[in-house]
Amino acid sequence: MGTGTELGRVRGLGSAKEGVHHWWMQRVTAFGNVFLVLWFVVSLLRLPSLDFAIVTSWLAAPLPAVLMALLVINVCYHFRLGLQVVIEDYIHGGSRIIALGILHLWTFGMGAAALYAIFKIAFTGAAHG
Amino acid sequence: MAVKHARPLSPHLSIWKPGAHMAISIFNRVFGVGLATAGTLMLVSWLLALAGGKEAYEGFMSYANWWPGYLITIGLTFAFFFHFAMGARHFVMDAGAGFELKANRLWAWLIPLGAVLLTAAVWLIILGKAL
Repeated sequence: MGTGTELGRVRGLGSAKEGVHHWWMQRVTAFGNVFLVLWFVVSLLRLPSLDFAIVTSWLAAPLPAVLMALLVINVCYHFRLGLQVVIEDYIHGGSRIIALGILHLWTFGMGAAALYAIFKIAFTGAAHG
Repeated sequence: MAVKHARPLSPHLSIWKPGAHMAISIFNRVFGVGLATAGTLMLVSWLLALAGGKEAYEGFMSYANWWPGYLITIGLTFAFFFHFAMGARHFVMDAGAGFELKANRLWAWLIPLGAVLLTAAVWLIILGKAL
């Protein structure tokens, strides 16, 4: 890039050519979240109570476990994109790089912890312990 | 390579009359950040407590059933429905519709109203079951 021509300099400051992908994935994950989060809210409301045995036997079944894992991945993807925009709007310079790094750790850390919990319940069966 | 000229900015906050559309826009961002941080923390803690066994889960739920727990979960419910309604508004506006002043203002007011009603509906069901 930038061989010293005007065009090269403009390119150096210009679009990174990934804005549309970011924007589009924000919408795609939002659309997925409409179904996944509403499913989660309705499922919890339909349970007779939030007692340990009831919730674990619900979550240990194949469909809830898979949908819950999809919810976690989709939600993490969505807020990863959203928080990136918030950080880029308000934080500048070196702190921005640090903030984006923390965002990555938060996204993958929370996502991994949630998936571990879901799969543990799904694979080791309901209502133990 | 970085040229340190102050690059021109278009005026934004100073040239618009404040209105519901502005308020819901910034609140949507605030609630989105809240869901991504507090909401994620709450969901992940709940799942980890569930995976940790009966004792861990009941410990977690005793905090959730304390009044600050209700404050947080009711707040998160409202933030979710607000963000959800704003997302629906975005889908409509992304399609190029809903920019007429009257329609836009109406939708801007319907979003907080819808979020309040949906939050109330969910919590009436929850509290109704608890009784």
